[in-house]
Amino acid sequence: MSKQELEKVAGNGLINRRHLLGLGLAGVGVAASSTLLGADAGMNLEIPSWSKQPGPGASGYGSRSKFANDMQRLSGNPNPLYPGGGASRSPLHQLQGSITPNSLHFERHHAGIPDIDPSQHKLVIHGLVRQPLVFSYEDLLRYPMISKIYFLECSGNSGTLFGPNPADGTAQSIHGLVSGAEWTGIPLSTLLDEAGVEPEAQWINAVGADAASMGRSIPLNRAMDDVMIALFQNGEPVRPEQGYPMRLFVPGCEGNISVKWLTQIKLSTEPGHFRDETSKYTDTRLDRKSLQFTYPMGTKSVITSPSGKMKLERQGVYQVSGIAWSGRGSIRRVEVSADGGRSWADAMIQSHQSEKALARFRIPWEWSGGNAILQSRATDSQGNVQPTRTSLVTEKGNISTYHFHGIQSWAVNTAGDIANVYA
Amino acid sequence: MSTLRKRITLSALSFSICAGISGAVFAQSLGSPISESQLRGFDLIAPPDGSGYPEGGGTALQGKIIFESRCSACHGMGGEGTSAATRLVGGDMQSEERPIRTVGSYWPHASTLFDYVQRAMPADAPKSLSSSEVYQVIAYILNMNGIIEASLVLNRDSLLQVEMPNKDGFIDRSQAL
Ligand code: HEC
Repeated sequence: MSKQELEKVAGNGLINRRHLLGLGLAGVGVAASSTLLGADAGMNLEIPSWSKQPGPGASGYGSRSKFANDMQRLSGNPNPLYPGGGASRSPLHQLQGSITPNSLHFERHHAGIPDIDPSQHKLVIHGLVRQPLVFSYEDLLRYPMISKIYFLECSGNSGTLFGPNPADGTAQSIHGLVSGAEWTGIPLSTLLDEAGVEPEAQWINAVGADAASMGRSIPLNRAMDDVMIALFQNGEPVRPEQGYPMRLFVPGCEGNISVKWLTQIKLSTEPGHFRDETSKYTDTRLDRKSLQFTYPMGTKSVITSPSGKMKLERQGVYQVSGIAWSGRGSIRRVEVSADGGRSWADAMIQSHQSEKALARFRIPWEWSGGNAILQSRATDSQGNVQPTRTSLVTEKGNISTYHFHGIQSWAVNTAGDIANVYA
Repeated sequence: MSTLRKRITLSALSFSICAGISGAVFAQSLGSPISESQLRGFDLIAPPDGSGYPEGGGTALQGKIIFESRCSACHGMGGEGTSAATRLVGGDMQSEERPIRTVGSYWPHASTLFDYVQRAMPADAPKSLSSSEVYQVIAYILNMNGIIEASLVLNRDSLLQVEMPNKDGFIDRSQAL
């Protein structure tokens, strides 16, 4: 295929997504490596040493290649004034597909990770129920389960973009508080039905077994919908940092309400008004009223490659790739712009498009060495369109920095350096 | 007889719907009954209606001693904080351009202060205070914010009467789609 045949579909080099297939670029995620035509490798290939001797055999528990060890979550230094507290971010710029490996799923802890022996752990359902019940981990393993692929996003993700100056960051440092996994567990409604919900009950109060005994309230109608008690994450028991042996999982909603290390569900007429649904995770508007219980995460997309602090080493065709998600449905469309939003082209959505899950998008783009501003814009199955940063900040102000889902811009300069900008 | 048959048909119907959705084979009932009195030491939830407040009590004067020995290393001697996240005193929701949001300026319910300190503080030794110590230390935080008098004995009854300055500052969005 020659360069001239590549059909340009929007300004500054965006190429029809159909060419992704012909280009054979799918899976090449690193910006610096893609050129259109295979060039002469400049050397003769020989049989490598690892093809001349047997390697180690099978093992009980696998690990990644030592050459892939640089793929790490990003976390701050431990803070003695906040024991166990803090977060770590997924390396979005290095990941592909739409499932986050469990070891790289983002974390947010309020008092560290409890070391829970599942045989000693209890889940209690009480309050406004006909019969308060206690379940052991063994009990719960015997219930019929469901498996679903969902994203999980901290409501503070990308919050720095509310600020007056663009953070000098990467896809990981700015957006890494989102991950995707297959969660397996018991519909919460099954256990609530067993306890027998009293007619006056309107809320559940969910509490974790960590040292902060983190609590959140959820209205009963939502709790009876698609909420589950998750016991497995990508097929293995939920990791300790994700709530082992069990967590609440509230699809599409801010991560904090999917209470980890779940130990107590109390039904009540009113919410508990816990600290993490009053002091925190509330959105103060410009008129100084604050929105409480703002659960669903907005329609959002992020370009993960090329992205902040990467460098385009030479001109040519690159694969622009990223993830999109919505707390209110599935992703129907992702558009990409290379000229700061003046013109847009449809990207190819390549993963299964399920509700409240990450969708991987890709589109080829030819960089001819000039300035470019890469943006992506998602539309979900309810017709919600990702807003510009300016309209989001104008509407919400920046007293609170939760629930950022505006369009973010990566500027490419003539040297090929990439930086987060406000455009 | 006919009611019984109807019930069987109905439950067969709801069973097949369930099976269709979740792949469930049988409704399990594996939870063990427990009574609320058995949960007294386990349930720390203290909502605004006061139903979760325990016995005990005390004043801000007593709380000052606890605060200075157990809280001030992280929250500052006067609750001014060692970081934005640990500031407990001051702020004004109306006058400041970017309001400093603290227990005093922002929190809508006094119950949250009892609930949170009892379950999560001090951060280096959560749940190490007695109920009376919790009443006393939160009395001191409320007093530093000018919400109660230093001499008020804070207990389950008086805490229920405490009104927070920003009590009308929140809009419930829990049913928004
Ligand atoms: C080791 C440090 C440390 C000590 C000691 C400590 N705290 Fe804290 N406290 C924190 C941190 C850190 C946070 C924020 C926690 C978070 O965001 O998850 C916090 C949060 C709080 C908050 C909520 C603040 C807000 O606006 O949301 C209150 C109230 C509080 N602490 C009270 C106390 C009291 C009372 C004591 C003493 C009995 C105490 N703390 C001792 C570190 C500490």
